[in-house]
Amino acid sequence: MRSLVVAILATVLVTDFRLLGGSRLAAMIRIAGVQGALLGALAAIAAGLRADTATALALATMTVKGLLLPRLMLRAIRRVEIRREVEPLLGYSASLGFGVLALAVAGWLAAGLPLPRSDTPALLVPASLFTGLAGLFLVVARRMAITQVLGYLVFENGIYGFGLAIAHEEPWLVQLGVLLDLFVAVFVMGITVFHIQTDFEHIDVERLVALRDDAGGRRRELP
Amino acid sequence: MIDALVWIPASAGCLAFVLPGRRSREALLLGTALAHAAGVAIAAPALGARAWGGWLGLDALGLLFLGVTSALFAAAAVYAVGYLRREGAAVRADFEEGFAFSNEPEAAFVGCLLLFLASMTLVTLARHQGLLWVAVEATTLATAPLIYFHRHHRSLEATWKYLLVCSVGIGLALLGNLFLAVSAAASGPTSSLLLDDLLANASQLRREWLEPAFLLVLVGYGTKMGLAPMHTWLPDAHSEAPSLVSALLSGALLNCAFLGILRFVQLLGAAGDVTFAAGPLVAFGLVSMALAALFLVRQPDYKRMLAYSSVEHMGILALGVGIGGGALRGALFHAVNHSLAKAMLFLLAGNLLARFFTKRSADVQGALVVAPVSGALWIAGFFAIVGSPPFAPFLSELSILRGALAAGRSGVAALYLALLALVFVAMSALALPMALGPAPAAARRGREPWSAIVPPALLGAAVLALGLWLPAPFASLLDRAAALLGATP
Repeated sequence: MRSLVVAILATVLVTDFRLLGGSRLAAMIRIAGVQGALLGALAAIAAGLRADTATALALATMTVKGLLLPRLMLRAIRRVEIRREVEPLLGYSASLGFGVLALAVAGWLAAGLPLPRSDTPALLVPASLFTGLAGLFLVVARRMAITQVLGYLVFENGIYGFGLAIAHEEPWLVQLGVLLDLFVAVFVMGITVFHIQTDFEHIDVERLVALRDDAGGRRRELP
Repeated sequence: MIDALVWIPASAGCLAFVLPGRRSREALLLGTALAHAAGVAIAAPALGARAWGGWLGLDALGLLFLGVTSALFAAAAVYAVGYLRREGAAVRADFEEGFAFSNEPEAAFVGCLLLFLASMTLVTLARHQGLLWVAVEATTLATAPLIYFHRHHRSLEATWKYLLVCSVGIGLALLGNLFLAVSAAASGPTSSLLLDDLLANASQLRREWLEPAFLLVLVGYGTKMGLAPMHTWLPDAHSEAPSLVSALLSGALLNCAFLGILRFVQLLGAAGDVTFAAGPLVAFGLVSMALAALFLVRQPDYKRMLAYSSVEHMGILALGVGIGGGALRGALFHAVNHSLAKAMLFLLAGNLLARFFTKRSADVQGALVVAPVSGALWIAGFFAIVGSPPFAPFLSELSILRGALAAGRSGVAALYLALLALVFVAMSALALPMALGPAPAAARRGREPWSAIVPPALLGAAVLALGLWLPAPFASLLDRAAALLGATP
């Protein structure tokens, strides 16, 4: 079981790099789904695969993160017929360079945070922190609203992964995080993405620039 | 009993979505606001009451913010009745860019407004760090549709930024709470995130997890509170939302996020590690004040001016808490004063918008002629918000200054004074010419509806009264709230 956990965590790291270097939106959504499902599987293993609520919640997480959210997002990109390229603000190789740097930072941070329980897989905390950083990076460095939602979901995957490391202390909080995640992502952000599409006929947040200020009153005049 | 304060607005909010007819919705909104205020008044003497197995409770700190929230909501509810009658559901032209747009259905607006009240009440009553986090998240979800009331691209942009920036912030705060759970794990097998348990076992909290937990929460909730440099959503949301929503965002919601940070300061204090919180709080406070002052200079939009002023005042609050002692009590007092004055100014900004059809302060002139009551209140509100005597913000800003000097932080005090002076100059150059001078011909004249002037007038009266006379129960509430955070009077 221990080697399986390590294999899963290593795969999570690989998915992060695929996401950072990814250029096709549909593929990225599927990869984020795989990542979510892997984390759900980890939760099921941590719960001991017994027939109890913890396992049921882990399976629910797998379904939500691995199937439901990717399905909804794939449907959204088909419905609003947006471009299938990701259009990064920062190039793919620079993004991968950031990935290497972030992985080092995550490893360094994790080394400074000793977990109270010794049976936590050593790779779990750095992998989660790295996933969170990668998600934040996607929010900032990608152009489209839907890629920002994707980045947010990856960020939340990272927090969920960290939650697994401490699931003994506060499992309730972790599961609730997933639930709210779903709510934010699907209901509110999904609806907003839809409105951005219909009102602007694009979902390029770079063009959401009517509202901004510069210091000293040099505000861009409205058209 | 105190849980009624949450479920009354929550169920009223759900009811508002399905209730037919404008009259019944108005009655529901006003009735709930009144019931909530009455409930707070009844609950106030029963400090220490608990509900939901200790997950809800009322302490001095919570009551302080709950009282402000309830009062502001009552003012906003009265204002909303007149506002919604004026707005209507018809398609009309945008006055800035001329395109046609319509508004959100009124039922959804009133419903979200009431759910917003319920979630803010939950923040002030939560005695469990996880529940507090859920409540802050719920405020985000309830307010997003309120900001997108006018269905056009500018408000949509503001809503998108608000959702994304605050969701990431809230995510960081969740991570902070998970860190807190690890830090509490050492204190025994029955570790929980109940505030009472955490405070009782505070000395066993592991510092190496508690300190990063505080930093994550400070950045996370600080995003929602509008501390610079995480404030980027704030000017957009405040300028595009209807004015009564801006008043609630600025006066009540920012305080709720502040309370989330204060709960962690309380924990650090109980763990004997409060000095760790001081540095980051002072730094964020000064950066927020400086950045806000920079953007206030020649700010062309008067609603954005008020929004940046909120960033400045949130900085003052963080600074006061970071300094501690008398400055901490001053910061709590200032939170109340800022809420009253800023809500008043946002409501008045809505009145000016309805008369002048522009948010550019350069195009607003002679408000005293066009709308005498709103114009006069606008001048009074301006003097209150920049901290002039005899208004209460003068007293609270002064006590933060004295606290800083008493703590030997003369450099911080000098910077604080300089930034306050800069803000005073910047805002007076913008706000005063709006009230004075001849009125443009395009402005709409006529008698102002009472629902638009009574709420800001009452808020203004309150901020003036607190400046002249501090009632003994209120002063003792401030003392007790400050004592919870470890400040000795």
